[in-house]
Amino acid sequence: MPGKLKAKIVAGRHLPVMDRASDLTDAFVEVKFGNTTFKTDVYPKSLNPQWNSEWFKFEVDDEDLQDEPLQITVLDHDTYSANDAIGKVYIDIDPLLSSEAATVISGWFPIYDTIHGIRGEINVLVKVDLFNDLNRFRQSSCGVKFFCTTSIPRCYRAALVHGFVEELVVNEDPEYQWIDRIRTPRASNEARQRLISLMSGELQRKIGLKVLEMGGNAVVGYLQCFDLEGESGLVVRAIGTACTLDKLIPGTASNTITHTNTAPASNACNSPSKEIKESPMAHGCRSSHNSPVHSACSSQRLSHSQNFSVSVPTLVFTGMGSGISVGKEAGPLKTLLRQQAQSALEQREFPFFTLTCFPPGFLVHIGGVVSARSVKLLDRIHNPDEPETRDAWWEEIRQEIKSHAKALGCHAVVGYSESTTICEEVCILSASGTAAMLNPRFMREGCLDAGGSDQRLSRQPPLGMVGSERAEGEVSSSWLGFDDASPPSCGFCHIPYDEFNMPFPAQLTYCYHCRRQKVPDVLFTTIDLPAEAAVTGKGCLIQARLCRTKKKAQGEVNATAISNLLPFMEYELHTQLMNKLKLRCMNALFGLRIQISVGENMLLGLASATGVYLSALPAPGGIQIAGKTPSDLSYDQHISTMQKRINDTIVMNKEFYNIHPPECIEEVVGSPIPDRQRSRLFRSTSESSDELSELDLSHGKKDAFVLEIDDTDAVEDIQSLLTDAPMPAGFYSCNTEVMPGIYNWTSGLQMFTSVRVYRLNNANLTNQGLNKIFTDLCENLLKSLYFKLRSMIPCCLCHLNFTVAVPEEELIQVAVTAVAMSFDKETQLAADKALNKGSGENEEQLQFSMELCGESTSSNNQPTAKPSGLPESAMTHSSSRDRCSTWLELLRLKAHTIRRGSVKTSRRTQSLANSVSSSERCSPLPEVRSRSLRSTRSLPCGAPVTVVKMTPLSFLPRTRIVKYLGIINMFFIRETTSLREEGGVSGFLHSFIAEVFAMVRAHVAALGGNAVVSYSMKECVFMENPNKNQAQCLINVSGDAVIFVRESDQEAIPPLITSGQTSTTGADGTT
Amino acid sequence: MQIRYAVFTPILCRTQRFNCAINNTRLQMLFTQTVPGAIYLLATVSPRLDRYITLVKAYKMSMELDVFVGNTTIMDMEVYQLWLDGLTVSDAVKVRMDEGALLECEANPEVLTSDTMDQFRTFQMCERLLHSPTKLGSQLLYQIPAQNQIILIERYYEFDSVFAREVLGKKLSKGTKKDLDDISCKTGITLKSCRRQFDNFKRVFKVVEELKGPLVENIQRHFLLSDTLARDYAAIVFFANSRFETGKRKLQYLSFQDFAFCAGQLISYWTIGAMDSMMEDMDVDLEKEFLNELKDLKVLVNDKDMMDQHKILVCAALRGKIKVYKLMEVNFKFIEPCRYDRWTVAEITLFLTHYTNAAHCLGTFRHQMIWDRYMGVIKSCILQMYHE
Repeated sequence: MPGKLKAKIVAGRHLPVMDRASDLTDAFVEVKFGNTTFKTDVYPKSLNPQWNSEWFKFEVDDEDLQDEPLQITVLDHDTYSANDAIGKVYIDIDPLLSSEAATVISGWFPIYDTIHGIRGEINVLVKVDLFNDLNRFRQSSCGVKFFCTTSIPRCYRAALVHGFVEELVVNEDPEYQWIDRIRTPRASNEARQRLISLMSGELQRKIGLKVLEMGGNAVVGYLQCFDLEGESGLVVRAIGTACTLDKLIPGTASNTITHTNTAPASNACNSPSKEIKESPMAHGCRSSHNSPVHSACSSQRLSHSQNFSVSVPTLVFTGMGSGISVGKEAGPLKTLLRQQAQSALEQREFPFFTLTCFPPGFLVHIGGVVSARSVKLLDRIHNPDEPETRDAWWEEIRQEIKSHAKALGCHAVVGYSESTTICEEVCILSASGTAAMLNPRFMREGCLDAGGSDQRLSRQPPLGMVGSERAEGEVSSSWLGFDDASPPSCGFCHIPYDEFNMPFPAQLTYCYHCRRQKVPDVLFTTIDLPAEAAVTGKGCLIQARLCRTKKKAQGEVNATAISNLLPFMEYELHTQLMNKLKLRCMNALFGLRIQISVGENMLLGLASATGVYLSALPAPGGIQIAGKTPSDLSYDQHISTMQKRINDTIVMNKEFYNIHPPECIEEVVGSPIPDRQRSRLFRSTSESSDELSELDLSHGKKDAFVLEIDDTDAVEDIQSLLTDAPMPAGFYSCNTEVMPGIYNWTSGLQMFTSVRVYRLNNANLTNQGLNKIFTDLCENLLKSLYFKLRSMIPCCLCHLNFTVAVPEEELIQVAVTAVAMSFDKETQLAADKALNKGSGENEEQLQFSMELCGESTSSNNQPTAKPSGLPESAMTHSSSRDRCSTWLELLRLKAHTIRRGSVKTSRRTQSLANSVSSSERCSPLPEVRSRSLRSTRSLPCGAPVTVVKMTPLSFLPRTRIVKYLGIINMFFIRETTSLREEGGVSGFLHSFIAEVFAMVRAHVAALGGNAVVSYSMKECVFMENPNKNQAQCLINVSGDAVIFVRESDQEAIPPLITSGQTSTTGADGTT
Repeated sequence: MQIRYAVFTPILCRTQRFNCAINNTRLQMLFTQTVPGAIYLLATVSPRLDRYITLVKAYKMSMELDVFVGNTTIMDMEVYQLWLDGLTVSDAVKVRMDEGALLECEANPEVLTSDTMDQFRTFQMCERLLHSPTKLGSQLLYQIPAQNQIILIERYYEFDSVFAREVLGKKLSKGTKKDLDDISCKTGITLKSCRRQFDNFKRVFKVVEELKGPLVENIQRHFLLSDTLARDYAAIVFFANSRFETGKRKLQYLSFQDFAFCAGQLISYWTIGAMDSMMEDMDVDLEKEFLNELKDLKVLVNDKDMMDQHKILVCAALRGKIKVYKLMEVNFKFIEPCRYDRWTVAEITLFLTHYTNAAHCLGTFRHQMIWDRYMGVIKSCILQMYHE
């Protein structure tokens, strides 16, 4: 008996009234683990029973301890009829099995019922006594730590990164068993919840075994997903990165502050200064939009793509899903292999890493995004209950990814993730990651550290890399030698592939930072921005949205149709991303996530990423619209107005995101976009000479002579480019962990989940119509989020990831979980000011005129004050002025124009807007509220319920994580047969999500924690039947429970100082 | 393009302008989304937005579900007030628009509607907890910062004194609840708000009715209200319990605050709790013993001799008669003539002081203690009630 599990039921409170006659409840509790059940006494006639039970002891195998949850059922005793269940609590024992995690679970848990939701709370105490077991053939993997966090957890250091682990388990879905016809919905839901809990326990145990086999002790970047395949089964699968982690001694841990606010802060001595240092060196940018693709399709079609590997989905012909990949395997590999580097990874089947954040020096080069999709038919699986078929499917996809990476000259894939989308019997498997060259040291005996502040290590020369570079014939010893203290901040941008034998045609230039290596003109990645990366200005969220109609079909026909559509969608999403990136004057995407969702009659595609301007990469070219029939005069005119709007937008964005690479400033003076930099975006003819096409009101204006796809694409591209609403002043957004350019976070944060479902009432919509709707939907959701969170201004929405689904015909569901983090505008301003120091002589004067402008505007709603002495302020914007009718927007525009002449930071506007909005008139929220949102510090400490913070990020600003308590992985089902009474679908889902949050918080608090990091809502499946007054929803959430301590304010100041210093150096360089 | 229907509405939102052609007729078109889920095309009559505008519906998509849940529950206290005031979502949206909510964060009516609906739903879901405010602090469902909890509770239990005046002295029964729509009409307070306020009165009354100890403290302990609000509730409970006839026409001019003050005085001095906080009884009822003793004071009125003597001593016209049980009438009967004679507050004060002191000088008058206890309250009540 390797383990003894002990549980004690202390008390209950707020129980529901179960006996109508007395308005009271006779409650007792059943405690079940495995097949053993204990019961407490009945505590009669109370809504707040005090059971104070004895310790219930279960003697069990540690294998069971890992698989099974502790199941606590609260019931109402009934003498004459069957006892009524009040609700249940499932407690995952896993955190107690690791010596470094929690030691006891103790606290109030919400009692949950799948039909009624939360019904009161129960106080439980759980402990585990583990006996040492030296059995070599054991099936358990107790003690292996799991982390959802996709970087090395903050209070650990990685002694070794072993690599990819994956596992998949299949079971029959209880909802589809015959017995489901006769049992109650409650019983069915509970069976499902229990099964999934068991399966994820089993999955975790199996992955743990693999980790132990590899010699590791932890899984980082653990990503577990469910596939509700329906008839063919229920799949739980997980991937992760096996590591050997050493716990840092608290003393040293505090030195490696880790997360704070700021990447730059943690490696203050090297990277931040680079940010500025290098920009002056860059000049004479030469870039053209080009078309490097390693792709399945004809390169012509995908000629806009870059660093992007598309695998055409394969169609299943036989039951065994052996798809034929149309993709060309053969991106010519470099003739000279980086042998040393390879060898470390070559032994592994899949050199994949689910991590997205690495210490400096780990990433040597980044090749680009690799992705693969495959369409499968679920009803063709031979043995649905066995995992073999699915294993084979994923194996196939992973092989494809691996070969794509090879084609890009890379031996590893980082930021790797897998996902599925299922509609009826069609299932699309997707995998994506970033092809990269890694420093093999870390895979062998070296070690790497959390925040990337371990200087000793990163200074050591990565042997493998040296060899490889030599092989390339590029003499690079000066930066590879590492004689000078810091690793190059631009290294990861350098191409890993052979310049003369490229996998796709790319426009290469010498790195703008080191001037020695070649870099591509655009870089797409799925990882977070490396800490050492030098970035100009700020980043922003970039989304590409696409909707494609599809004929309703079944089986193979359907699968074929989907497969045929997929590459076009990928291509169009990619083009959109590219155009939007250029529109914002940026040259790199991080955290790219492309989701394609299938419905019965449409496909949805949503790509999200954070765009930045990497200083090492050349400045992006502009966008040029070219018509194909230049004969028509009015058409030409139209084209030129469009072109003007685009150019104006680019200029505006440059200001907004504070992107001022030296060479760009020169160019802006003349024509915003020099010809040589323009990329072409062909647009075919159309009779109407106005934006009619944008509204998509006309039918039958298709030109038979032009390729239809190109036509609509261009129209849509322009449309989506120009309809993207700018962010309100005071807001920034990104989908990565941190926002480049913002360092001084306050402790104020607000995690939220928002879900929307739209019904398309017009059945026969065109692609353009659908696209418009889908784009509006996303834009409106964003707008709502900004409005909701306006009290947190200035703030940044981080980890803003949308999940789209087509739950039913004509329904579109969008879900987003993100965190709003406010930052200190004063210090940010100071930092920004310092950044621009040396160029703003007339700063005082400017500031004055700005204020003047703001005041006059707010007082009479008609801005009259014109800043004098500024070069052509409002001229360029006269056209766009009429479009804005709120004075605030006007004000912002004005601010933009004012700043055009001088070199003023975009922060200025923001601060202005802030000061205005924080005044009473504009922000109706009472002071108390905004204060409370900003920080919970002011809360009285005597609050009865522990405040548990939640964030999708791996850190909490201005705090230090001192302990990881274990993984939180919960699955809930909620069903109702009284939808109207619960406030309709919105009321139902609102309370369910609130309940899920509450249960997560309660579990974390019971483990002794005060926060969840790397929180994510993996699944939110919502089904409704309003006619029957019914609805059902499934939610799966995960995260890491942690204990954090607040940093003293003194400790938090350094970031500012560093950035100040940084900027000074930078400014010096500029002048 | 399919035109589903056209509606007329004053335009109230920011729009994007497009040039657009329908049936070869060029119209200045405005493109906007005024109502959630619908995309409208607006044909302007004039390019300025101050005229009515034709709304033409082009596509339709409806928002089926829209939720926003924060780990910390976001509550906009301005919207909370609108909700408390019993406004519908659309009315609340209008009010917010009038207050300039659209100027914030580049909002549009759709965003505002969505936000308002979401907030209203949040409040509705929290309402259950507000019924027993102590639960709000220990529940796990919503993570609400402590300051916000306090505001939520306080505002929820706040009431309109106009409404309270109407209900004062009435039995907090179902019958009264049925009359709420009359009160709603009379006071201009929405029925929904009236119901909430009435239910609050009833709830507080029910909880503290049977409780021992000081009334105000009981209310504070069970409903976590501020001191002032708890005192107001104490007054309501007091009146609801003793059912003074506050509805009389002559008393119409008195506000809730006047009555609340009197109730406060009565609770402080005339109840058992006032005399002995350790007593088993409670604040709600007047002390029986004291009331009986008051009968003895009637000598002042009944005994002609004594009254005359007292009259002389006071040196003022004693047109006020003293009755024990019907306190309000006493006060009133005293006040009305004074009002009639346009006495000033100072004069009244002077008179009452003398009136009180004079009794002490009466040799035959034995009930000095009772008299002081009686007159102390009467004096302050009269002063409070003496106004236009």
